[in-house]
Amino acid sequence: MPTRANWIPYALIAPSVVFLGALFIVPLVQTIWLSFSSDDGTLLGNYARMAGDLNFSVAIRNTFMLTLVVVPLQVALAIGMALMISKVGKGRDLILWVFTIPLGISDLAAGLAWLAILQNSGYLNSALYGLGLIQGQTGWLSQETPVTLFIGIVLAEVWRATAIVLVIVIAGLQLIPKEFSEAAEIFGAKPWTRFCKITLPLLKPSLQSALILRTVLAFEVFAVVYALGGTNFPVLAGEAYNWQNINQNYGVAAAYAVLIMAISIAATVFYLRVLRVRPEQLP
Amino acid sequence: MKQDMLRTAAIAVAMIGGLSAARAQETVFYSTQLRPIEEATKVRDVLLKGIAGKVTYVVDEPPAFAVRMKAETQAGKRTVSVVGALHGELQPHVPDDLQPVDDLAAKVASLGIPENLMTLGKLGTDKQQYIPWMQATYIMVANKQALPFLPQGADVNALTYDQLLQWGKTIAEKTGQRRLGFPAGPTGLLPRFFQGYFYPSFTGGVVTPFKSADAEKGWETMKALWAVSNPNSTNYNFMNEPLLAGEVWVAWDHVARVKDALDAQPDQFVTFPAPAGPKGRGYMPVVAGLAIPKDAPNRAGAVAVIEHLTKPEVQVQTAAEVGFFPVVKAELPTNLRPGVKLLANAVAATQGAKDAVVSLLPVGLGAKGGEFNKVYNDTFQRIVLRNEPVKTVLEDQAKVLDGLMKQTNAPCWSPDKASQGACPVN
Repeated sequence: MPTRANWIPYALIAPSVVFLGALFIVPLVQTIWLSFSSDDGTLLGNYARMAGDLNFSVAIRNTFMLTLVVVPLQVALAIGMALMISKVGKGRDLILWVFTIPLGISDLAAGLAWLAILQNSGYLNSALYGLGLIQGQTGWLSQETPVTLFIGIVLAEVWRATAIVLVIVIAGLQLIPKEFSEAAEIFGAKPWTRFCKITLPLLKPSLQSALILRTVLAFEVFAVVYALGGTNFPVLAGEAYNWQNINQNYGVAAAYAVLIMAISIAATVFYLRVLRVRPEQLP
Repeated sequence: MKQDMLRTAAIAVAMIGGLSAARAQETVFYSTQLRPIEEATKVRDVLLKGIAGKVTYVVDEPPAFAVRMKAETQAGKRTVSVVGALHGELQPHVPDDLQPVDDLAAKVASLGIPENLMTLGKLGTDKQQYIPWMQATYIMVANKQALPFLPQGADVNALTYDQLLQWGKTIAEKTGQRRLGFPAGPTGLLPRFFQGYFYPSFTGGVVTPFKSADAEKGWETMKALWAVSNPNSTNYNFMNEPLLAGEVWVAWDHVARVKDALDAQPDQFVTFPAPAGPKGRGYMPVVAGLAIPKDAPNRAGAVAVIEHLTKPEVQVQTAAEVGFFPVVKAELPTNLRPGVKLLANAVAATQGAKDAVVSLLPVGLGAKGGEFNKVYNDTFQRIVLRNEPVKTVLEDQAKVLDGLMKQTNAPCWSPDKASQGACPVN
């Protein structure tokens, strides 16, 4: 019955299309509209205020720095962890489960957990004091210690979000047939060569998804930074939040939101082009 | 972003509205104040007792409050009958979301609410927009361990900014730790320090002398104060915690934000008024008001709530239970909790100071209150944290401030000299 089969797929995806349309496309269009309607009546008034703000360049710099440090670190760690797990026989599920615990924790909770470690009266200082390495409370997250603040945020982000990359990479590894590696081994390829010539190229589709997902999320980073850095480490999403809630100027907040979206789209397009996978290269 | 939030909220409100239609006679009391669960319970179980009819006390964060008020107006479906919020939080809702309460103003006239508070309640219009509910202010709290380091001859109850600076320096030298503290975190109330304390004390105004020579001198003092303040100050939202942890020994904050520390260890702390500068001892009263939204479903219930909460005996109870002070004429009992007593003493000392310069809350800024705060915050960020030249920053920010004043056409408020039209920035 071909006539019946024709509409069934559409009917089945209709609810999700309606859902996305109502709760994603409509607000998106409204946000873009809002960002272009400013108090002074000019088209780019909100964008001008955003760009002229004292925190704008700092927020751009911080967001990019964080993304450039955190994402490669996470991908490298995730590949390493995934390769180790793939060699484990017994207890593999337990290890995987432990590795992915941070996935189940909300951003803000993760930030607060790290705050409990790194703040003045936190566990790190207690441990260092106990070991006799510091004389008294030492600040790691203050405005006067930007380097340790940055390292703290990187640590928290790596801890929190490496697992999502790991899950994608593990799924990708499982798709690679064992025969390729075994054949290479017979021809005398060393482990490093096998990794570079077989595993990595065949992992490209998974890495592409993981990179897109992680990079987009990294540009939206907010809760962890907010918990650890507060106003000491402005990032783009945090500035959007401040303009919306503290300064109560919804237009400039919308401009920030649109900017974050533009950067995310640019990053996605970049990955799609650079990591393009031809069908014949798929495992 | 605003509109989609409003839209979502409107849908949620419409659904809740449908559910509550059956309970038409209840009065929904929606408040941004007394939010913590212990305080909200006190409101429900103690302060609202004795009102005929059912009152449901609902609390929300200020940004959510603003969104819900606007959403209910847009949806044309009001569920809230009476709101309680700070002066500054009610201001953006005039005239769209609130109805005048001149009838209530007449009813509470005999209670002795000071004239200036009633005027604030008009929010720059010629009608009463809210009835003052309770008041608070900001005070200084010091750990008793800090007292031996007070400069010679200084009296904590009549401290000057120079003495505070000297005090902070001595503490830093003698203990090796910078132990003054300011609530300069993301939701800390530092902008109010500049508007209500720092500027009036150093310049005798808030807006007009923004970039004056007096202001420049003041900012130099602020930089020096910061140099002896705990560097974690930019993470502090409430001074409770650093005071209790001993990280900070001398702090300035809103009474509600130091109350827990004083309640927990009343013997460990002393309270006193904020310091005085060359132009006097600036201080800013905080006023929360009760208002009735437009098209309130149960106006009679709302009136009953407001009349009840402004009764002198309920006002005294409010002070005893939650540490906000009466707006009506009422004597506080002598058997207050030790923590509340510490607060009350500092508030009384502040109000009674001979050199007090009262700074009122901004009126007439409408929805620009947030950006007004931002001017002071940005000035602080640039001068103190980023070490930019004082004069240049003040020139820049004065332009922003001037623009805000012209845009909103807000006239000067005390302690600035009254103005015709927008408050000038000289």
